[in-house]
Amino acid sequence: MKRSKTMELGVGLFMLAGILGVLFLGLRVSGLAMQAPSDTFRLEANFANIGGLKPRARVTMAGVTVGRVAAIELDTDWYDARVVLEIDDELEGHLSKDTTASILTSGLLGEQYVGLSVGGDPETLSDGDALRDTQSALVLEELIQQFVSNMVSD
Amino acid sequence: MIQRIRRLGRRGCDLFEALGRAGLFLCQSAVGVPSREGVYLWVRQMHFVGVLSLAIVLVSGLFIGMVLSLQGYTILVDFGAEDALGQMVALSLLRELAPVVAALLFAGRAGSALTAEIGLMKATEQLTSMEMIGVDPLRRVVAPRLWAGFVALPLLTVGFGVVGIYGGYLVGVDWLGVFEGSYWSNMQASVDFIDDVGNGIIKSLVFAVVVTWIAVFQGYDLVPTSEGISRATTRTVVYSSLAVLGLDFVLTAMMFGGLA
Amino acid sequence: MSDTPFVVVEGLHFARGDREIFRGVDMTIQRGGVTAIMGPSGSGKTTLLKLIGGQLLPDSGRVLIDGQDVHRQSRRDLFTMRRRMGMLFQSGALFSDLSVFENVAFPLRVHTDLPEAMVRDLVLMKLEAVGLRGARELMPAELSGGMARRVALARAIALDPELILYDEPFVGQDPISMGVLVQLIKRLNQALGLTSIVVSHDIKETLSIADYVYVVADGRVMAQGTPEHLDVDRDPRVSQFVHGEPDGPVPFHYPSLDFVSDMLRTGDSR
Repeated sequence: MKRSKTMELGVGLFMLAGILGVLFLGLRVSGLAMQAPSDTFRLEANFANIGGLKPRARVTMAGVTVGRVAAIELDTDWYDARVVLEIDDELEGHLSKDTTASILTSGLLGEQYVGLSVGGDPETLSDGDALRDTQSALVLEELIQQFVSNMVSD
Repeated sequence: MIQRIRRLGRRGCDLFEALGRAGLFLCQSAVGVPSREGVYLWVRQMHFVGVLSLAIVLVSGLFIGMVLSLQGYTILVDFGAEDALGQMVALSLLRELAPVVAALLFAGRAGSALTAEIGLMKATEQLTSMEMIGVDPLRRVVAPRLWAGFVALPLLTVGFGVVGIYGGYLVGVDWLGVFEGSYWSNMQASVDFIDDVGNGIIKSLVFAVVVTWIAVFQGYDLVPTSEGISRATTRTVVYSSLAVLGLDFVLTAMMFGGLA
Repeated sequence: MSDTPFVVVEGLHFARGDREIFRGVDMTIQRGGVTAIMGPSGSGKTTLLKLIGGQLLPDSGRVLIDGQDVHRQSRRDLFTMRRRMGMLFQSGALFSDLSVFENVAFPLRVHTDLPEAMVRDLVLMKLEAVGLRGARELMPAELSGGMARRVALARAIALDPELILYDEPFVGQDPISMGVLVQLIKRLNQALGLTSIVVSHDIKETLSIADYVYVVADGRVMAQGTPEHLDVDRDPRVSQFVHGEPDGPVPFHYPSLDFVSDMLRTGDSR
């Protein structure tokens, strides 16, 4: 059978383009970084209410992304939400014990994320530690309710 | 009345018989170890089915991305949320539009051609004569086409998605003035590789199997006359479009709709 | 050449849907001869070839080729058996995506591991036999009907089969290519020691090359014999067919109501 070199080349390029396309979708569009999963450490934080926080949401510090939310589950001892955070390795040993975590919203309608802010304790957090000081998500209905009841009591 | 019920019953039996035939056909032709010759035949079909469909798929992808961006912008800007444009374009393309529209285009461009080609081979007795020479047409004619379709459509879908996102970028960033950084970063923050890109590719794999299967089977099973070929070609496009849209709903419900 | 028949058809019954096509056909086809199967259009001659080739399964009866029952073979054995058969289709059935050369080389490539040079020699030899060595680079779409049929013939004999089946080889040919085909079938049969079965309704041409003739009509063998014997046979159907009379035992009219009463049924628009 006659084998057309141009056809083989065309099919080869086509498949190569497909693979490059998947890479593009992975790196540029979904923002996958080529990093081993080992260079993170885990912290836990309990929140009274997480609002609309989802797994894989960003964890930021001063607006810089430093990690992701790894898991969210119900803590049946306290009936609040236990959020597991994966934080970049380079921060291990630099976050003070009294670091606070709060659930914030980007913009008025944007997604929710966890913001960390450092305290002044000389002791630092390491893998598996829990954050004591947390601030729950703002829930619009509760805010309104508070506001209305304040008005009434005045 | 009884006659009508009987006719319905006969229709049902015919339908199941055809489904059974089609299933058997798929198993017989798609399963098996390819020979060296088979690999070459597959490359040839990849050229016809994949490379030659590339132009229409990419151009459609570009335009759909551009339109999405334009439409999305006019809505999002009302909420002051035009920064989420990248997210909107990427998610709607990757989850829905790329797999579905690429599959529909593929059914029209490649599926109908497959049906007509195999149908013509049947009408001109090429399949029978191949059988008489002692070569199984299922392995020689059908299998390479099936596998070419299975591989080509997911690749085309990826191309559609990439070009569409770039088209959205052209309109959103270069024309409407959305900040470039927020276009990409919002996209990266919201698109998950497994959940969105991966599920989109799984969808397109399912569509690839269904569309190619329908096209090739319609060609192989048609009445070998010129009227039969034209009917079968129409049927290929109609059935595969319906199957793609129907399956899309089912798959979306399973993947994103919380239905396990 | 032995005297045992090469192909035996016994009590063949075959129906398509409700229509019975064969109601007990018996034939014995001798080794090394040209056997013609003739009959009016629609009498299922092509179906008979497909039954012999094992593409269709009879409802009852059997077909033996060289003592082996065609329809009792596994798929693999059937394909092996078909290497010993060649078939020439009505339309030629050349593979439209391959050139003339590749079409003839096709059976050699799939069934043998011959080196490329040998394949080339064999293909050119077969093409030379049908007089189309010069046309080897053409595509099937560029051939005339007669040439396509000759290429198909070259392809059918590529593997040097023992049995070759011709399905309507003369249909739609001009007198020149018809003459060429008649010559070719005869010459090939003698030169290669083939057993040939020719299905046709072209009486003159077929009788000129056949050693033995079967006339099939109405699902049965209506007449058989050597061409000389057949011509004088007095069965009215055979005589109608051989002499080409428009009406006779094989009716001109499709079965219908009596003409007058059909015209008078005014209430029904059809």
